[in-house]
Amino acid sequence: MNYDERLSNVSVLGAAGKMGSGILLLTAVEMADLSFKKDNGNLTFILNAIDISDKALAGLLEYVRVQSRKIAEKKINFLREIYADNHTLIYNNEIIDDYIHRVLAIIRPSTLIESTYNSNVIFEAVNENPNLKIKLIKQIDENSNTNPWFFTNTSSVPISYLNEKGDLDGRIIGFHFYNPPAVQKLVELINGEDTVSDLNTFALEYAKKLRKVIIHSNDIAGFIGNGHFMRDALLGIRFLNELKSDYGFPEALYVVNKVSQDFMIRPMGIFQLVDYVGIDVCMYIMEVMNPYFNEENIHSDLLDQLFERGVKGGQNSDGSQKDGFMKYNKGRIIGIFDYYNNTYVDYDAVSKKMDLVIGKLPNNHIIWKEIIKVKDRDDLLKTYFENLSLDRTLGSIIAKKYMKGTREIGLKLVEQKVAKTERDVNDVMLTGFFHSYGPINNFLPWEEI
Amino acid sequence: MKKKIFITAGYNTISLGTGRKEFNPKKERPGLEHYVKEAGSEVLKRIGGAINVDETVISNFNAAQYNNQGNLPGYAPFIDNDLKYKPSTRVEGACGSGGLALATSIKFLLSEESEVILALGVEVQNTVKAVYGADYLATAGWWKDRKDGHAHFFPGQFSDRAGKYYEKYGKEYTRKGMIQWYVNAINNARLDDTAQEYHNTDYNLSQTASIEPSGKVFVDNLTVYDCSKVSDASSAIVVLTEEGLKRCNIDIKDAVEIIAFAQSEDDITTKPEDPTRLLTTENAVKKALKMAGITKEQIGTVEAHDCFSIAGIMAIEAIGFAEHGKGPEFVLNGNTAHNGIIPFNTTGGLIGWGHPVGATGIHQAVTMWQQLTEKAGKAQISLNNDKPYGMTINMGGDDKTVTVIIYKKL
Repeated sequence: MNYDERLSNVSVLGAAGKMGSGILLLTAVEMADLSFKKDNGNLTFILNAIDISDKALAGLLEYVRVQSRKIAEKKINFLREIYADNHTLIYNNEIIDDYIHRVLAIIRPSTLIESTYNSNVIFEAVNENPNLKIKLIKQIDENSNTNPWFFTNTSSVPISYLNEKGDLDGRIIGFHFYNPPAVQKLVELINGEDTVSDLNTFALEYAKKLRKVIIHSNDIAGFIGNGHFMRDALLGIRFLNELKSDYGFPEALYVVNKVSQDFMIRPMGIFQLVDYVGIDVCMYIMEVMNPYFNEENIHSDLLDQLFERGVKGGQNSDGSQKDGFMKYNKGRIIGIFDYYNNTYVDYDAVSKKMDLVIGKLPNNHIIWKEIIKVKDRDDLLKTYFENLSLDRTLGSIIAKKYMKGTREIGLKLVEQKVAKTERDVNDVMLTGFFHSYGPINNFLPWEEI
Repeated sequence: MKKKIFITAGYNTISLGTGRKEFNPKKERPGLEHYVKEAGSEVLKRIGGAINVDETVISNFNAAQYNNQGNLPGYAPFIDNDLKYKPSTRVEGACGSGGLALATSIKFLLSEESEVILALGVEVQNTVKAVYGADYLATAGWWKDRKDGHAHFFPGQFSDRAGKYYEKYGKEYTRKGMIQWYVNAINNARLDDTAQEYHNTDYNLSQTASIEPSGKVFVDNLTVYDCSKVSDASSAIVVLTEEGLKRCNIDIKDAVEIIAFAQSEDDITTKPEDPTRLLTTENAVKKALKMAGITKEQIGTVEAHDCFSIAGIMAIEAIGFAEHGKGPEFVLNGNTAHNGIIPFNTTGGLIGWGHPVGATGIHQAVTMWQQLTEKAGKAQISLNNDKPYGMTINMGGDDKTVTVIIYKKL
């Protein structure tokens, strides 16, 4: 079975979810492109969108319709070539409309797992719950007519574990997209101990066709991305706990979030990132990871307690941000959580008060939005961090310690052989998290911190 | 010409689109009515009101598709009730529509039917994304060529021209000239607060524009910096006779004389005979100079139709300021810059000021009027007494509908 035949019948599990919908979109577009090839005239391309909610599946098609238009608009040159022989479709809008129909016609939404039984490839993107994943994989594999290959979007569960529990004989590979899959370039590719090599070859070709940047991670819980992010979040919580007795909970939360964003030139503060991913999701991932690391405790009581109070973060189905550590209005932070009073306090008031305590940003600071546009930015960063290094404000002191902490996390990922190289760690943070620099760097005199 | 013809009271709205701080593609923007009203009213205010106007000529390319609006003559009375029941005419010749409005106004005046004409151009293009707007713009070419044309049809046409020019005269050399054309355009646009590139703060323009053209991302032989932008704007001016000047109480120093105009048309169903030259433009320039009875050396400034930087360079050659193949060198040597021997496009031209398709020809006339009456503000050039003439070249489609006008400082 060649690449095109293999991809002619695919199922996505959890297709209406945040990750599943993006995976479905990209796969549908890839299948639509393959369907134009003359050699593929005898293939019928089928993409089963499997989810438990009929309502969510209806919304999913609308999402694909809107997003596939954006994709088609961007590749109009390619589409005009493909449609060159079709003399009934002349204008860009006619060609784009036809292409969107083609993408949508490939998708078969269903709430029935039985729909997957003829698929050659199963893309699993359900909740980060190992038992659920195993249950679905087993059911499909036992009933399938095709001996399918499984792709899992897990961001934390070891592939070898899923392989073993699912009795798959190596027919599974970790293919971890970043959120949102349609935009983020990074994919972590994880081979289990027994992953069959043809599956790996297929996965590489699929990634290449989707124009993704592949970084290989070893099969250790959390892989590189969450291996760093979960510990990064715990580091932030540690600073929060250290500061809260001096300044109060919302104030300390503000300080750590602000320092990790502005002083460290990141796209968002650590607690905003946790909110974006979801406090519940972070908790699940930590739960999955923790048993694999004997000498570490990858767990946060604070996250558990917030979860119990219903403070979960994550996104609504329309993509808007739910309240978590912070309260949001149209994507803007307007409140900050006061743990002891179980309420949100005014963000601007805390900001006004604490900015004076944190101190000014060091000289030569460039905001993330600007520096990320600069391709060769190491010299700019070096100058800024030299100033930060000499600075004695509270903000700079925390930033230095925080950066040292993230550097140690990065080095540990290499030492634990999760990542093959330091560069892989940095690349994941640069491409998957849009950081402006990798955590393993020499911007600060680490031994003095 | 059997009568003296003048222009006065020119006005440009801002050219809105990417680059302007006010532009937000996600927010609702002003429509045709806003632009027509602003430009029209401002001009009327300066000539004693619409009561002095005999008729209106409106130029627009494609409001039917961009704005779902036809029958544009009806916008004249919308501007001012005193234009109600007076004649109003809409002209269309793609990007050359504005030139046609001026030529038509001149002819109406020469026919002695009118003494004072409001010529107004308008285009509002940002109603659709560029990828769809490209289809609308493509109707400026022959419809039967659309299927084989590029997704971005007109950039594709001029990319082909640029490719042939590279083959004949050298790519690196030509690219350098085109990049300098872009640099001049932005520098000049920074001198006019209505220009679309007025807010451009890039101080390494040459480096910015030095990217390699790529057919994968755009077209084979042009980059986005070689292209004019998508613009919403209106420009208006009054075209009038001596009697008209008196009626409107216009001081002669606030007017500019039109001493010649020439229209040339080429067959829309044919491909350019020589893609490295603008033959229709050459023809129109020659006719206009002959009618004016002057030589090109007497021209002090030019507003050329630089829908693409290569078109700007070919226009230099079409006038004869440089031999064929020497246009890039002419630009690189600084001759066309603001302080050059023959300043081109002193407020940025189509690349720098903006290209509201059907309004562009009128915008060129407004710029010329500003320069020749010394009302150009920061963009003002100093004209030598022995070069008191200006020239505008307005081109519709791929060198198909061309109007060249020659103006005299009074």
